[in-house]
Amino acid sequence: MFSLHDKNLAKEILSSIKKSDVHLRFMHVCGTHQDTLVKHGLDELLKECGIEIGQGPGCPVCVTTPKEIEEMLLLAQKGITVTTFGDMIRVPGEHYSLQHMKAEGCDVRTVYGIEDAVAFAEKQKDKEVVFMAVGFETTAPSTAAVLLNKPPSNFSVLCCHRLIPPALKALLEMGETRIDGFIEPGHVSTIIGLAPYEFISKKYHVPQVVAGFEPLDLLMAVWMLVQQINKGNHEVQNEYARAVNQKGNMKAQAVMKSVFTVDEKKWRGFPVILESGLLVRNEFEQYDARKKFEDHLSVLTEKEFVEPKDCRCGDVLRGLISSKECPLFGTLCTPEKPVGPCMVSGEGSCKIEFRYQKKR
Amino acid sequence: MCLAIPGKIIKIDTKKEHATVDYGDGTKRNANITLVDVKVGDYVLVHAGFAIQLLSKKEAQETLALFREMLSFGEGL
Repeated sequence: MFSLHDKNLAKEILSSIKKSDVHLRFMHVCGTHQDTLVKHGLDELLKECGIEIGQGPGCPVCVTTPKEIEEMLLLAQKGITVTTFGDMIRVPGEHYSLQHMKAEGCDVRTVYGIEDAVAFAEKQKDKEVVFMAVGFETTAPSTAAVLLNKPPSNFSVLCCHRLIPPALKALLEMGETRIDGFIEPGHVSTIIGLAPYEFISKKYHVPQVVAGFEPLDLLMAVWMLVQQINKGNHEVQNEYARAVNQKGNMKAQAVMKSVFTVDEKKWRGFPVILESGLLVRNEFEQYDARKKFEDHLSVLTEKEFVEPKDCRCGDVLRGLISSKECPLFGTLCTPEKPVGPCMVSGEGSCKIEFRYQKKR
Repeated sequence: MCLAIPGKIIKIDTKKEHATVDYGDGTKRNANITLVDVKVGDYVLVHAGFAIQLLSKKEAQETLALFREMLSFGEGL
């Protein structure tokens, strides 16, 4: 449909980057970018050209907090039907995962999208059905659209949606890791457009390029970042013009705005990040599982949550270490027996590294 | 999870809320189209059952040529 393959052009881009003779460290925040980089060996090729690329917190399942996982486990335990995306059910909680709860007889269902969860609630009117709504700006509009469309009264969402630009700001403010440029997530950007990234270039003087997901998209995005740095620029550029425009999807933005408000939010591995989470507005509180099942969930309010023992997912998500630098990687933590979420999710850098490492 | 798949709208339902999307490999699935303004024949990106953005056929076709142009221009500096 939209083929973007040209080996010679890839070689040309790489040789142009190499000629620049730079040593730079970029960050992207998208599991699909990581998949393309590792699957096609671009990370290694770019390293030879002086470019290192880390993933950062770009995996919605990975940044979901232990508390949010426990909320879902508790609801499942109370006999409520829990629905969520496939990866989520295998993320270990303090003692169990949703998959364990399912094996114990709890009603846990994997869905492709929120509309499948609503369809299930419509069929089973005698059951309460909760959808664990994880995801960034790409996914949040679908949750909002469903709540606006008056779903059945036995349906609600546990809202775990998060926003990408505030997390980029948090990374720069913390200053723990060197970031010479950001490769911005193409599909988040189809919704938000380019404007929400601009303050980062202005305030922190960090160049940014929104990129698509083909190997050539990513190579070109890196090339564009290198050009910006060589010229002393720090702008927001758009490599993914076939899907992303300046203003984004304004209809989706309006839908999100009418259903959610923005609030601070804890991310796994991070402190609380200001203005990085979405809350369901009071007008839609009948669909807010945290309000609907407040009595059940109140036991978690005062509880202290800890990351799994020796798990370095937090450091991976903040870009401090690569997956392979975690002592548990591939030995005590594998996709069959994951310790942390980065080894569970198809967008987690540990799972991606594990999947392709044998082919290298 | 932010994976989105490009497909072509081949049929829009009477309520104009859903459309059949052809992904070009024999796969056809329903997608919610309430977040986009589309017509039959348009290409869209579909994420978790929702069309989230239209794809520009023109931009897509011009991508490689644009890359080549940028490379030659960039290197000439």
